[in-house]
Amino acid sequence: MEFAELIKTPRVDGVVLHRPFLPTVEGTLCLTGHHLILSSRQDNTEELWLLHSNIDSIEKRFVGSLGSIIVKCKDLRVIQLDIPGMEECLNISSSIEALSTLDSVSLMYPFFYRPMFEVIEDGWNSFLPQDFYWWFYEWRLSEVNTDFSVCLSYPPLVAVPKDVDDDTLRKVSTFRHGGRFPVLSYYHKKNGMVMMRAGQPLTGTNGRRCKEDEKLINATLRPGKRGYIIDTRTVNVAQQAKARGGGFELEANYPQWRRIHKALERSNVLQDSLIKLVEACNDQNHSMDRWLSKLEASSWQSNVKEILTTACLAAQCIDREGASVLVHGTEGTDSTLQVTSLAQIILDPTCRTIRGFQGLVEREWLQAGHPFQQRCSQSAFSNTKPRVEAPVFLLFLDCVWQILRQFPCSFEFCESFLVLLFEHAYASQFGTFLGNSAADRSKLSLPEKTVSLWSWVNRPQELERLSNPLYEANSLVIWPSVAPQSLLLWEGVFLRWNRSSKCLDEAYEEMVHIIEYNKELQNKVNSLRRQLAELETEDPLLQES
Amino acid sequence: MCLQVEQVRLLDRFSSKSTNGTLYLTATHLIFLQKETFILHHHIASVEKLSLTTTGCPLVIQCRNFRMVQFVVQRERDCHDIYSSLLRLLRPGGYEDLYAFSYNPKQNDQQREEGWQLIDLGAEFERMGVPCDQWQLTDVNRDYKVCETYPRDLYVPITASKPIIVGSSKFRSKGRFPVLTYFYQEKKAAVCRCSQPLSGFSARCLEDESLLQAISKANHNSRFVYVMDTRPKLNALANRAAGKGYENEDNYSNIRFQFVGIENIHVMRASLQKLLEVIGSRPLSMSDYLVGLESSGWLRHIKAVVDAAIFLTKAVTVEGVSVLVHCSDGWDRTAQVCSLGSLLMDPYYRTIKGFMVLIEKDWISFGHKFADRCDQLDGDPKEVSPIFTQFLECVWQLTEQFPQAFEFSEWFLLQIHEHVHSCQYGNFLGNNQRQREELQLRERTHSLWAFLMSEKQNYLNPFYSPAYSEAHPVLEPSTLPYHFKFWRNMYHQFDRSMHPRQSILKTILTLRENSRKAESTLQALETVKVQRHEEDDEQEEVGEEAMESTDTERTVEGSSGTDSRKQSYGELEGTYNSDVAKEEPAVVSLEFGVARMTC
Repeated sequence: MEFAELIKTPRVDGVVLHRPFLPTVEGTLCLTGHHLILSSRQDNTEELWLLHSNIDSIEKRFVGSLGSIIVKCKDLRVIQLDIPGMEECLNISSSIEALSTLDSVSLMYPFFYRPMFEVIEDGWNSFLPQDFYWWFYEWRLSEVNTDFSVCLSYPPLVAVPKDVDDDTLRKVSTFRHGGRFPVLSYYHKKNGMVMMRAGQPLTGTNGRRCKEDEKLINATLRPGKRGYIIDTRTVNVAQQAKARGGGFELEANYPQWRRIHKALERSNVLQDSLIKLVEACNDQNHSMDRWLSKLEASSWQSNVKEILTTACLAAQCIDREGASVLVHGTEGTDSTLQVTSLAQIILDPTCRTIRGFQGLVEREWLQAGHPFQQRCSQSAFSNTKPRVEAPVFLLFLDCVWQILRQFPCSFEFCESFLVLLFEHAYASQFGTFLGNSAADRSKLSLPEKTVSLWSWVNRPQELERLSNPLYEANSLVIWPSVAPQSLLLWEGVFLRWNRSSKCLDEAYEEMVHIIEYNKELQNKVNSLRRQLAELETEDPLLQES
Repeated sequence: MCLQVEQVRLLDRFSSKSTNGTLYLTATHLIFLQKETFILHHHIASVEKLSLTTTGCPLVIQCRNFRMVQFVVQRERDCHDIYSSLLRLLRPGGYEDLYAFSYNPKQNDQQREEGWQLIDLGAEFERMGVPCDQWQLTDVNRDYKVCETYPRDLYVPITASKPIIVGSSKFRSKGRFPVLTYFYQEKKAAVCRCSQPLSGFSARCLEDESLLQAISKANHNSRFVYVMDTRPKLNALANRAAGKGYENEDNYSNIRFQFVGIENIHVMRASLQKLLEVIGSRPLSMSDYLVGLESSGWLRHIKAVVDAAIFLTKAVTVEGVSVLVHCSDGWDRTAQVCSLGSLLMDPYYRTIKGFMVLIEKDWISFGHKFADRCDQLDGDPKEVSPIFTQFLECVWQLTEQFPQAFEFSEWFLLQIHEHVHSCQYGNFLGNNQRQREELQLRERTHSLWAFLMSEKQNYLNPFYSPAYSEAHPVLEPSTLPYHFKFWRNMYHQFDRSMHPRQSILKTILTLRENSRKAESTLQALETVKVQRHEEDDEQEEVGEEAMESTDTERTVEGSSGTDSRKQSYGELEGTYNSDVAKEEPAVVSLEFGVARMTC
């Protein structure tokens, strides 16, 4: 298919762009296969380059022969284009509509994008499982899933207890939802405890059991020790799952494990929550009561609190109880990953570095089979009823931001990194977030045909932009407060386009300036000292005395 | 008098943590040792003895600075002793019993006198450009004869004669006739304040009408003045039945009348009460928190005050129109709106010194009833209301939107709030200037402003930019509701577990301090280097000097403060052992200074 077929009008002059808090720009609108471009053709104004895949929905309005298109983006930005001429406006809008809803992944921009920067390190090879898991005592990397035949959503290599062989894994996979047998997620060096994740056990209504499953997870327990199973669903939801062949670990069969149920929402509920939240944030009504009640009704902050609390609980089991933990919900690809990845942020200082965080996203989200393509195909402005879309990853990022707010000096990266990941998960020139699993990515030959986001991020200039000037490595476990009073609305994402950030940005600049000035001074002091010390040693007079 | 009780447990409000220690009761403080907790008796709002439990007798103390502590005393008799002693101590017989009269920061009379001279309202009006060709100082209230709740020095239009003023004062509640509080030089527009007119259903007063006429005439930019009645219309209407009310536009040809709808002191008191109940409950779900925040109405009230201040600011700075602000008595809502409006218009009030001046002018001198509103003397509970707290919060909300516009940080606001209730300094004692003079506060107590000025370093906002203020003299805040946030550091000031474990503000302040030190070290080293080259003989000595400064410079550690979050996240309540927990956050510092001593 040629993109040209979808572009009815490639160019319109005299288009006016309106964006909140920015001056309007008049210029020429161009449509390409992947971008909507607006340029005033003057040097001093910036051009607008918008990926079609970033467009969540559009609305048309007509006043006489002047048409307006309101473009609502997945990154929550809303812009308006005034287009002279009814026909042009209709053509542009239907072209945008077609181009922003292409079905085929292989037509997406990452397959056409050629990097304009030098790739220093190929991001596709930056985070290989053998680099991460190799040193874990009592654990091995199994190749049982090399051809994705045991579990479609798992990567080719997974870490499992050393004493459990591949045949056992194959048997266990038939007992777990989606074939997701328990695998290692995190190893707590401090006390050797581990966190595992899986899909729900397929006990069904008649309480099926699987000896191999029991053996596998028991193999992670120290003699005489108990472990915790954190089920991200309520007892009721877990009970109901039995009717559909799912279920939970029965005490009788897993006597060494204590099961804890939490109430994390399922993905379709979360999508609804996002839509309501964004609607509340875009409401220009001045009533305080209306805002607070809409914020409450969206349940977004409740979701943040619940997810964080569950992650803290998992971390607490591992670090303070000295117990191993198994986390699962239903599929084990959404709420499970929120919990396991956030627990690592709390427990493991490496995850709070820029590179470590990339590794975490790679391991716990991309390789772990979070279906990014499904979940991020629509964002808060989608008009269609959500089926598979859900802001699961965005909620995770929000929770990380909450911890970052509470420990502003313990993260190597700043808020911009989280915002960047949010943007790229929904629309990107990079191939990193394409596909739903490692299997998909391999089928699409992403490493060969597209550029990795990590290749872009891990360049000095980008790293500098994303780094937190306040960072001081903190090797401790960081326990966030999960009291409602301690959790805030993530303005950097949800109010990003609804407020002028000029004052805040300038204050941030000032902060960076203070920090840099201090560094510079300390360096000067040190070098002068060194010079003086050298003078002293060279000085014969002084040596005499 | 000193009471001492051993083996008392202090329970943390939001975690299952508790500390054992000894409780002392002195003439001025309740002290709990182990955790360095000092509570000034004046800060205590209520004491409650709960029924005996197996572990002891619980005693719940609620403070005006939003601290809430619960002690468990082993023996009921001890608990009763503490309780009854506290009740006695909490009821000062009169002003003379307040801490300010016994507090002595080891200053001589001259220093104290200098402290009181720090703020000079005459100079402040001069700074605004008053007196001028249109406004003059009147001595009509020299002896508090016309209005006993106003200060002696008042500024009125030059065309307002004494008979007009006296006539107008008789037509206004408590004699609080229209006077100048802020003069916007650039447009010659004035902010004036007064109380409601005694208009009832039909009464009018020619003198009052001429005074408003005079205010209007004093501003050549505009042919009318705005009259802002800061009350909801319904309240103002109800007042008419009591012979009070609001200005009838038909009688005052030169006014434009406007209601802005800020609720009264009773609504505000109940609102804060509700808010505190909500945030004090445990466990608290996000939903209950947000619903409670909404139903308390607290942020709605805060927004109403800010909205009114913005209206005032726009009228004065954009339209160049003078504004007369009033409510009922003109000492609560009027003080809020006038002071907040001035703060938006004039960058001076956003500096540390200027903010003191602003409070001194619009709150202290114009007779905000601090004694009644803050319950200094155990008076009528219906007179107590968090009006001044609301003002401080409005300022905080603005600092959040304009991080570079204020010379002071939130710590300054919190410290002022602390001392408005501490009764440790004379500034806020009493209800008006006349009363303060009778109490001879300037002779017998110390001024808070001098103390705060001496600690100025602690209250600086490191992001403050005078250049920003120059470029944006008038602040134009957004009043979309999401800009109004819950002020955790005020209402949970003492609940450590709620706060971020690391503070950007504190870190940056430390860095700035380090930079300052490094600058002087650098200078010293440069001198040494030059000397080295010039005078070889003196090397030895100088070498030592350089070494010394190395040592002083090594205090760079900055944040310390160890505290572990022994908070539980649900199911595992209280199961982990405390030894493990102790290892945690060692480098991490608190956003907020723990129990700050007030003596």
